[in-house]
Amino acid sequence: MWSVYRKEIVSFLSSVTGYLVMSVFLILLGLFMWVFPDTSILNYNYATLSQLFDLSPFIFLFLIPAISMRSFSEEFQIGTMELLSTKPLRDADIVLGKYFAIITLVFLALLPTLFYVYSVYDLGAPRGNIDLGAVWGSYLGLLLLAASFSAIGLFASSLTSNQIIAFLFAVALCFILYLSFQYISKFPVFYGNIDGIIQRLGMDYHYVSLSKGLIDSRDVIYFLSLIVFFLISTRVKLSSRKW
Amino acid sequence: MSIEVNKLTKYYGTQQALKEVSFSVKPGEIVGFLGPNGAGKSTCMKILTSYIPMDSGSAKIAGLDVDLDALSLKKKVGYLPEQNPLYLDMYVKEFLSFVGRIHQVNDLQQRVSEMIDMTGLNLEAAKKIRSLSKGYKQRVGLAQAMIHNPDVLILDEPTAGLDPNQLSEIRQLIQEFGREKTVLFSSHIMQEVQAICDRVIIINKGKIVADDQISLLSQSRNSEETIRVKIKEVISAEAFKGMKSLEKVSQKGEFFDLTFSENQNGAEIVFQWVNDKNWTVLHLQQVESSLEDIFHVLTKES
Repeated sequence: MWSVYRKEIVSFLSSVTGYLVMSVFLILLGLFMWVFPDTSILNYNYATLSQLFDLSPFIFLFLIPAISMRSFSEEFQIGTMELLSTKPLRDADIVLGKYFAIITLVFLALLPTLFYVYSVYDLGAPRGNIDLGAVWGSYLGLLLLAASFSAIGLFASSLTSNQIIAFLFAVALCFILYLSFQYISKFPVFYGNIDGIIQRLGMDYHYVSLSKGLIDSRDVIYFLSLIVFFLISTRVKLSSRKW
Repeated sequence: MSIEVNKLTKYYGTQQALKEVSFSVKPGEIVGFLGPNGAGKSTCMKILTSYIPMDSGSAKIAGLDVDLDALSLKKKVGYLPEQNPLYLDMYVKEFLSFVGRIHQVNDLQQRVSEMIDMTGLNLEAAKKIRSLSKGYKQRVGLAQAMIHNPDVLILDEPTAGLDPNQLSEIRQLIQEFGREKTVLFSSHIMQEVQAICDRVIIINKGKIVADDQISLLSQSRNSEETIRVKIKEVISAEAFKGMKSLEKVSQKGEFFDLTFSENQNGAEIVFQWVNDKNWTVLHLQQVESSLEDIFHVLTKES
């Protein structure tokens, strides 16, 4: 598994992809948080990082599928899947190696945002007037959300040898699981009876719940099961050539 | 047995790609797998390396079943796929290290440089695979297949698209490797099989049509005899008409190929004939029926 992981990481960092992903993420986030007047923390008058945690999922919605789209599609396209599959690697090794590589890249992109935490902490009046519990809860939520997006993106990539299709499918699937249940629950039919259940099907509900600073095992388990489900689906798709 | 294939059958949809193919390869043997395009060579190799499943039959390499012991089997097999897929953005050294790491090769760096030496990639070792010519890419493919010193080497058309110099180098490499290890390689170039192999398996439309030592194979099919002559005097093919048990005359430049029917001593007949006509013979040679002819005959028959 680690040989695949290592290969993926090196390929991210030796090509433009890795740096492009990180810089796009950080530049967009930086602009929204500190520069554009409508969303800038400086004009907001509250020492909070809610912008970071409101915006990041939307950037990830496009950025993570862009990272993951090549994972398997490219291997299918240039035929290297035959090379990998005839080496002493289990399908699970290949899936996990690639998955951890994507997550590593996303986490690397998130790492510099810790500076924002410090900045807002320092800018607060009085200094340190920030709800750190909510911040760490939100970070956990964001990490789990990103990890889920990555699993979905990897699965989408395993379905096709066309990277564009993999990208679009991953964006659609992430969107459906992230937000659509929130909207569906607003239909009058559901409102007032099962809208709560429908909301709980989507990631948004659990993400918001974690960002309040209370780490509820149900939310964590929700994300973890989503990740496991898509990783297993990917593995099943890979081994389907043996059917 | 190093490779044991028993009644292997494979369908692609409704098309039968392999029809009850059976053969076995002893340790240390170099076997050529010969057949026209679409005969089922690659399919068979993909099954042997446990890349695709078979529909019925069984296949074992070094006693390991391709279905049940896939993981340990892959450790013992080196495989060069037909398209020679490589990570084009990797450097040669980086790629070989990657493959070596998968195989958990001891002394990785040393083994990588050994392979680079062996395949003559010294000057290309620090280049990206993308920038290599086809012949060098092929060598990288061979190097990755051999890096873990496998017991069995399966090469799918390893010499396709190489220039004559590279061709002989790669052949030598395969031969050297085949001294101790088992090699199964496919090709549609007959001379190559003749040059490297002890034994040849000819496959056509998913069926094995011949499986024999090369020397035996050319003998057994050699019912006709062809004599090639060059005569000093200017004559036409017509001049050979009336010769005993002569079947066919064809002119190739200054040479005439005279084909005689079964078990006649062609050379003697020709000599007698020439003597009677008072011609001067500049060249007289028995043409052996080549593997190529056998291949033509066998793959057209069925």
